[in-house]
Amino acid sequence: MSKRIDVNDLNVYYSKFRAVEGVSINIEAKSVTAFIGPSGCGKSTFLRTLNRMHEVIPGGRVEGEVLLDGDNLYAPGVDPVTVRSQIGMVFQRPNPFPTMSIRDNVLAGVKLNGKKIAKSDADALVEKSLRGANLWNEVKDRLDKPGAGLSGGQQQRLCIARTIAVKPDVILMDEPCSALDPISTLAIEDLINELKNDYTVVIVTHNMQQAARVSDKTAFFNIAGTGKPGKLIEYNDTATIFSNPAEQATEDYVSGRFG
Amino acid sequence: MTSTAVKSRAAASGRAGDKIFSGAALGAGVLILITLFAVALFLLIQALPTFSADPAEITGGEGFFAYIFPIIIGTVIAAAIALVIATPIGIGVALFISHFAPRQIAGPLGYVIDLLAAIPSVIYGAWGYMVLAPALVPGYEWLSQNLGFIPIFEGPASQTGKTILTASIVLAVMVLPIITSLSREIFLQTPKLHEEAALALGATRWEMITTAVLPFARPGIISAVMLGLGRALGETMAVALVLSTGGLIPSLIKTGNQTIAAEIALNFPEAFGLRLAELIAAGLVLFLITLVVNMIARAIIARHKEFSGAN
Repeated sequence: MSKRIDVNDLNVYYSKFRAVEGVSINIEAKSVTAFIGPSGCGKSTFLRTLNRMHEVIPGGRVEGEVLLDGDNLYAPGVDPVTVRSQIGMVFQRPNPFPTMSIRDNVLAGVKLNGKKIAKSDADALVEKSLRGANLWNEVKDRLDKPGAGLSGGQQQRLCIARTIAVKPDVILMDEPCSALDPISTLAIEDLINELKNDYTVVIVTHNMQQAARVSDKTAFFNIAGTGKPGKLIEYNDTATIFSNPAEQATEDYVSGRFG
Repeated sequence: MTSTAVKSRAAASGRAGDKIFSGAALGAGVLILITLFAVALFLLIQALPTFSADPAEITGGEGFFAYIFPIIIGTVIAAAIALVIATPIGIGVALFISHFAPRQIAGPLGYVIDLLAAIPSVIYGAWGYMVLAPALVPGYEWLSQNLGFIPIFEGPASQTGKTILTASIVLAVMVLPIITSLSREIFLQTPKLHEEAALALGATRWEMITTAVLPFARPGIISAVMLGLGRALGETMAVALVLSTGGLIPSLIKTGNQTIAAEIALNFPEAFGLRLAELIAAGLVLFLITLVVNMIARAIIARHKEFSGAN
C-alpha cells in the first residue's frame, strides 16, 4: 500500500532558472515527513516534483531521480499520469470540482481512465473514503449536494477523501491548512495522524508547530538569497530538528529568529 | 481643522462621482429597454394590418400562417445545421488554442479566428455563391445517389449547389468565430486549481478537460452557442446570395426553402401596403423566435446554478 521515496541529487528548474538545487532525501513509508522553510525556498516546488506535477507548469523540468520503492519516476517511458494516480496530492486551497456533487467529487479520480465501477462498489468506496477523511458523518445526508457548498475545512477533507479514493501509495500535501481556521486545522492534523497508518504522507507547512505536532521527520529548506536556488539544509527526526538541530540556520529558523 | 475640511471635500466629491456613475449606469440600462421596447412596438404596429387582412390577400392566398410557417421552418433548419457544424468545431478550436497549442501558435491562431468575425457578411455570401456552391455540387450528387433514400438527401441534387445546406455551411463559417472566441475566453478562465486537482488525481490531459474545463465552461459555451444562433437566425445577406429560394421541402440538397431574414431582404425594396406589413410581421416572428431561444438558454444555465462554481 504505502511506498518509500528516495530522491537522488534532484535539481528543479523553471525554464533556465534553477529553483531547487541538489536535493537528496529518503522518505520512509508509513511516516509523516514535513518540509519547512521560509517562503520561496523551493519546498512546494520540490514537493510537486514528487508526483510530476511540477512539469505541468510551462518550462518546468527536473534533473536527477526520484525513486518510488526503487522505480525511477523520471525514467524514460514512465507516464506522469500513472505516477500521479500512485502519488496523490492535496493543495493549499481546497479545490473540489465545483460542478460536481460531494459523491461525484470523491469518485472523480476513480472514474478516470475509462474505469467503470458498479454502483454498490461506488457507494461503499464513497463511504470508506469519506470516513477515512473524517467527513462521513457531516455529509452523509447530502452526498448529492455540490461540494463547493461545504465549509473550507470540510472541502479540504473532501479533497483528501478524493485523493485516498484512488488508493495512492503516497499522499503529498502542499500547505493543506493554510487557508483554514484553527478548528478545521486540528481536524486535518488528526486526520494526517490516522493517514500515516496506511500511507506515506509528505506535508509542506509554514506552521512550525504543525510540523512538530504531525511529523515524524522534518526537512528544513532554505535559500541563500533572492534569485538563488533553494537547498535542503537539514533532514532529521522532528524532535532533533526542533530541539537540537545540527545547523545554525535551522536553529535560527525553528526558534523564530528569521523567516 | 484643515485636515477635516480636506477629508469632507474628498468625501463629497466621492459621493458626486458615485451619483454620476450610478445615474449613467441607470440611464444606459433604461436606454436599452426603451430601444428594445420601441423596436417591438414598431414591429407590432406595422405588422397589425397583416393580422386583420383577408387571408386571400396575403401572399400565397391562404393567410399569414400558411405564408410564414414554411419560412420559419427554413430559418430554423438553416440555423440548426449551422450550429451542428460550428459548435463542435468551435469548441475544438477553442480547446486547441487554450490548452493544446504551443503559445507561438495559439496567439496568431486566435487572432485569425477573431479576424473571421470581422469579414462582412456580403463577402461570405459572395464566397458561398461563387466558390462553395459549385464546389459542393459533386458532393450533393453523391449524396443523392447513395443516401437519396433519406428524405433530407433526396435527389435530384441542385446543379448550382445553391441549396439550404450550402447556406447552412456558410452560416456555420460565420458563427464559428463567435463560438470559438467566446469559448476560448471561458476555457482560459478555468481556475488552475481545478485543472491541477484533476491532473493530480491521475487525469490525462483530455480527462482534465472533461472533468475540470468543460463543466466549468458549460454556461459560457451555451451563451456562446446562443449568440451564434442569434447570428445564424438573423443572417440576411449571405443567405440571400447563396440560397436559391423555393417552397418548403425536406431535401437539403435541392433548390428550395427560404429563411425569414432573406425573405424580408429580397422582397423589401419593392414591397408596399399589405406586402410591407407582411414582411414586418415576418420580422416580428423572427424577433419572437430569438427571444424564446434566449429564454430557453437562460433557463438551461439557471437550472445548473447550484453547481456552477459561483458559490
